[in-house]
Amino acid sequence: MSRVAVLAGGQSLERQVSLRSGARVRDALERLGHEVVAIDAGPDLVDRLADTRPEVAFVALHGREGEDGTVQEILELVGIPYTASGPSACMRCMDKVLAKHVLRDAGLPTPEFYAFSQSAFEALGAARALPAIEERLEFPIVVKPAAQGSALGVRFAPTAAEVPAAIVAAFSYDTKVVLERHVAGRELAISVLDGPAGPEALPVVEAIPRGGDYDFEARYEIGRTEFVCPAELDDETTQRAQAIALEAYRVLGCYGFARIDLILDAVDGEPTVLEANAIPGLTETSLLPQAAEAAGISFAAFVERVLDLALARTPT
Amino acid sequence: MTIDETPRGPGSGGESHRMGRPRTTARDLERYAGLFARRTQGMKSSAMRDLMAITARPEVISLAGGLPDTSSFPAEDVAALMSRVAADASARALQYGPTEGMDELKSCIVRVMAEEGMDVGEDDLLVTTGGQQVIDLVCKTLIDPGDVIVAEGPTYPGAVPTFAAYEADVVQIEMDANGMRIDVLEEMLQRLDHEGRTPKFIYTVPTFQNPAGVTMGLDRRRRLVRLAAERELLVLEDNPYGLLRYEGDPLPPLYALDGGEYVVYLGTFSKILSPGLRLGWTAAPRPVLEKLNLGKQGADLCSSTFGQHFVIEYFARRDWRDLLGSLRELYRRRRDTMLDALAEHFPREAQWTRPGGGLFIWATLPDYIDTTDLLARALREQVAFVPGRAAYLDGRGGSAMRLNFSGAGEEDLREGVARIGKVVNEQVRLYSTLTGTAPAAPHEPVATAPAADGARVVPLRRRAG
Repeated sequence: MSRVAVLAGGQSLERQVSLRSGARVRDALERLGHEVVAIDAGPDLVDRLADTRPEVAFVALHGREGEDGTVQEILELVGIPYTASGPSACMRCMDKVLAKHVLRDAGLPTPEFYAFSQSAFEALGAARALPAIEERLEFPIVVKPAAQGSALGVRFAPTAAEVPAAIVAAFSYDTKVVLERHVAGRELAISVLDGPAGPEALPVVEAIPRGGDYDFEARYEIGRTEFVCPAELDDETTQRAQAIALEAYRVLGCYGFARIDLILDAVDGEPTVLEANAIPGLTETSLLPQAAEAAGISFAAFVERVLDLALARTPT
Repeated sequence: MTIDETPRGPGSGGESHRMGRPRTTARDLERYAGLFARRTQGMKSSAMRDLMAITARPEVISLAGGLPDTSSFPAEDVAALMSRVAADASARALQYGPTEGMDELKSCIVRVMAEEGMDVGEDDLLVTTGGQQVIDLVCKTLIDPGDVIVAEGPTYPGAVPTFAAYEADVVQIEMDANGMRIDVLEEMLQRLDHEGRTPKFIYTVPTFQNPAGVTMGLDRRRRLVRLAAERELLVLEDNPYGLLRYEGDPLPPLYALDGGEYVVYLGTFSKILSPGLRLGWTAAPRPVLEKLNLGKQGADLCSSTFGQHFVIEYFARRDWRDLLGSLRELYRRRRDTMLDALAEHFPREAQWTRPGGGLFIWATLPDYIDTTDLLARALREQVAFVPGRAAYLDGRGGSAMRLNFSGAGEEDLREGVARIGKVVNEQVRLYSTLTGTAPAAPHEPVATAPAADGARVVPLRRRAG
């Protein structure tokens, strides 16, 4: 039995989700008999860690600071083992641009894209390149902030006229935006969990919007999206998607667990990686716990395993 | 294109040290979901609400709330009045009271309404748990699923979840500087006639509207009341701010013009005394009032007796208009401060209303700026506002925002508006860069006087979804 700090909340836009993930983790840890210290990750984080002296920290933070490697750096600094990926993998996953470059360099499929910082537009006249980009990517183009963990700020621009406003919206969330080729197809989420035999891909979850596109509203209205796990795919597609997810997990340098989101291209039937989440949601309805359950791993068992992995990790 | 699998909703807030203790699995949730009434599907949660939860952080200057300044009420006064209630009427104040409210409180309400030229009998009144309960009870009494409610566009954001919970079909009528466009209303009523549909009621905040800050002109008030009588429709007149007038002459409330025939009046102690008391009231035609009363019995039996005693004591021992006077003075200064700050910091492309009272200013930005996204950016600058979409049920309002000037001090108002102005200017510049168009010239430097030019008082433009 250990004294475990559960880090949740924080200052990010995903604070509410994080609080729910944290509450569920805390509950599981208490039932497992651990001593739990709940810490709302704020300006007093270092002091709180020093005061409570946990043996290990469960990071249930989402979004900026929690998922981008910042908190992990602090935990490394104060020498407290923690769950999930280290700082560099967190940075690679949080920054969609970096993640896509890593994936592309490793030969993994990810939709074609261009990324720009705000200063590229303001100081380098990158706007002049927009027509060329639009021609390359074809409409509709997906515009999204590089580092926002939820669907916030993601826009579909059906024509050139909508691109500037979509870019402005994306810059509300980050100083870097991605313009990406839109791939139509089935939305798959594959969670990866480390184990004694190395990382394994959990059963595939498919997100099926009930009517219409899987748009902003579909993400935020309860009941608008149905999740099927395991997804109804043929064995070959399942294996191929899981192999790509595992490889993405590996090349991004993830540890413990992560979730890879893919699209099954409606045209060629090939899975392509949209992004990786270093600390995916762990709420009652989140995808990773659903996938774990489908694999016969209860939430408590998941939490216990992740904690063991944190303690087993050799300090970097 | 992250898959965001997390339904947002009640119970998702709270500090970590008092995190909830979920005992549920995904399967359990599904089981509960199967028990939910169909109307709960209309009870939407949203990304915006999650963003708004962050605005509660102490370091954020929030222009998002609608909070009155409760510090104007001297603490020793509260203590003295509370002690009196305890000493004189302890047993009664701790007991249930009549559903319709205490008679002594009703006589206070008669005085408040008389202040605005309304003549009401105590028998026409029902005391409620805040003005909000009136909106709920009126819907409970009048609305079957699919029934039409006509409201202003934008409308009070707090009414939106109530309308949605009763599965109303809400039609929003655009406004200009003189409030709801009655000509547009007439067209809409005719169109509904053709569809064989009759609205159950017209919901309006005619004076210092929340969120738009505009006031319905006298001629429109008369036309609205006449229209309601001709068509035998009810009008729900929500009037929390009528007494918070900072300039000009008062206009008669709809209730006064109509004599209580078709107007259901909503009043509240929240803005003239305290929202913490949770005391409001309605004055309604007798048959409607009886149903509202029955609805209230089912909802909460009676409103806080302790709170009612406090108000009665307050009206007996103090001149209630003193506090009102000091609030008016305070809010007038704050409104002027915000108007000055807007003129100084917002770009030429922005427009905003210039309210003669109330608590809110409504600003409209160029339509390429989405204020829900902008809120995320503003939160990084530690400032918050209400995105305009919260005031519509049909997706409009995407480029507008509601700014509150009553809940923050003048320094915070200046700083808050400056920060919002900074991010708005940033987006205007960026858009110009992206489209190769030049942004409008900046404002002339502003003198001390508020931006009184009528040209800046906006017609609230209708926007496509």
